[in-house]
Amino acid sequence: MDEKRVTELSIIANKVRKNALTAVYNAASGHPGGSLSIADLLTLLYFEVMNVDPKNPKMENRDRFVLSKGHTAPALYGTLAERGFIPVEDVATFRRVDSYLQGHPDMNKVPGVDMSTGSLGQGVSVAGGMALAAKLDNKAYRVYSVLGDGELEEGQVWEQAMFAAHYQLDNFTIFIDNNGLQIDGDITKVMNPTPIDKKFEAFGWHVIVTDAHDFNKLLAAIEEAKATKGKPTAVIMKSVKGKNVSFMENNPAWHGAAPKKEEYEKAIAELDAIIAGLEATL
Amino acid sequence: MAKKATRESYGAALVEYGNNPNIVVLDADLSKSTKTDMFKKTYPERFINMGIAEGNMMCVAAGLAASGKIAFASTFAMFAAGRAFEQVRNSIGYTKLNVKIGATHAGISVGEDGASHQCLEDIALMRSIPNMVVINPADDREAMAAVKAAIDHEGPVYMRFGRLAVEDVNDDDYKFELGKGVQLADGTDATIIATGLMVQEALKAAEQLKSEGISVRVINIHTIKPIDEEIIIKAAKETGAIVTAEEHYIMGGLGSAVTEVVCANAPVPVKIIGTDRFGKSGKPAELFEEYGLTAANIINQVKAAIAMK
Repeated sequence: MDEKRVTELSIIANKVRKNALTAVYNAASGHPGGSLSIADLLTLLYFEVMNVDPKNPKMENRDRFVLSKGHTAPALYGTLAERGFIPVEDVATFRRVDSYLQGHPDMNKVPGVDMSTGSLGQGVSVAGGMALAAKLDNKAYRVYSVLGDGELEEGQVWEQAMFAAHYQLDNFTIFIDNNGLQIDGDITKVMNPTPIDKKFEAFGWHVIVTDAHDFNKLLAAIEEAKATKGKPTAVIMKSVKGKNVSFMENNPAWHGAAPKKEEYEKAIAELDAIIAGLEATL
Repeated sequence: MAKKATRESYGAALVEYGNNPNIVVLDADLSKSTKTDMFKKTYPERFINMGIAEGNMMCVAAGLAASGKIAFASTFAMFAAGRAFEQVRNSIGYTKLNVKIGATHAGISVGEDGASHQCLEDIALMRSIPNMVVINPADDREAMAAVKAAIDHEGPVYMRFGRLAVEDVNDDDYKFELGKGVQLADGTDATIIATGLMVQEALKAAEQLKSEGISVRVINIHTIKPIDEEIIIKAAKETGAIVTAEEHYIMGGLGSAVTEVVCANAPVPVKIIGTDRFGKSGKPAELFEEYGLTAANIINQVKAAIAMK
């Protein structure tokens, strides 16, 4: 991608971050840290990579996306809003009793959500089932899923890893949001899932380690996954939890805590400044 | 009368109705026992062995269903309803996806394998999940029809099959209707409401009671959820006493489902026959005797229920 396109995507990704924070702030609950760390990936997938149509969210041959780390729904809703699946103003209704935007994604309520998730380890399995369905039907669509690095502690992830490699699901790409933090702290101290790359390699996957906040590197990883035959691909994205909000970055306290008014305003101001800086270069 | 295990009927039904190209059958390394190997032989391209990983199997089934498939997921009841409960609850029940769970080897009739494999909780577990249909067929004909009904029903279905051969309790012209109880014998003094392999014991008990001058109605409830409230309320009002019989824990199963209906609509005495503890190894007939899952115990409970009227 040229520099202009990267700048455009960066602007969208930071709008997604704003949407996510607006959702969590208004709900006074939710998961900002891991939402901010995957905003760049979701933007790339929905604006550059995936064959999706906001006017026809159930389009038969669309590419599928499953947010296995379902607690970062604010990032997904924020992205679906920017892409036109849902109205941007609706993100402020997140988690309200009268809202369709549930605390964790609900496929039966939100246009563009391909699977209800929230219980860790399950979404990636379902995504594998979707990839198998494409193979059974000789369809060309691809399936993408995002997992947290803490989520790798769920045994089901490895049942799925065995399965997807066994059935050679090369239409299946997963992303590990490797921000290194889970609720109780450093993943290596809570229950060490490393080395993540060697584990997936041992399970028979094609593995790519890259930067979660570099659009060109992420896109290259996705292209490499598409070109890989006979194996699913795991993209381990080195990411920053709380990315682009100074006081949230790399702080596990922001895993599942909502910002107070001043904090929210400060975060939005920081993101607005980033967006303004990017827009000035266009 | 020829006897047949309902797991055999399950395998046969998958072959019989398996020509629908949307049907995909998953199994967790138990295809020879669950009888999905029959489907595998006929439609190998639509049979997927998931290995010994039931949680993943349920979610893969959900993914297939989300992509337009009718996904059958098969393993023993213990692992389908027990081990994979949360996957079934969150990825199949909550989503209303079109997954059919074919759970075999339910109950103590598993026999020699013992308590670890004798699932006596599955009806309670599956019944507690919104959107889930729960079917426990009593004989071969009913089991075949249940599979067909599950295919025709859009949404999650849990089907409970047994390892032990059972007698036919339904006639040749039997018509299965999802959610409808079946009155197999009429009577006025009490009603036996049974499910699964206890239906044959209920019929024997009714015969014996008849010879003693006690007139008993027998109802087969194959669909435990949604349950046929009408037939239960009618039985309560017309016979005034009910005994339920199931190869399942007394808490949360058919007895509980019937009691919920009776208490809210037409309170009468209800005696619940089921297990009250973990199973153990032994021959099925020996276990039925030890746990009270017999016509003799049904007879005793019918008399006790009538005495409470």
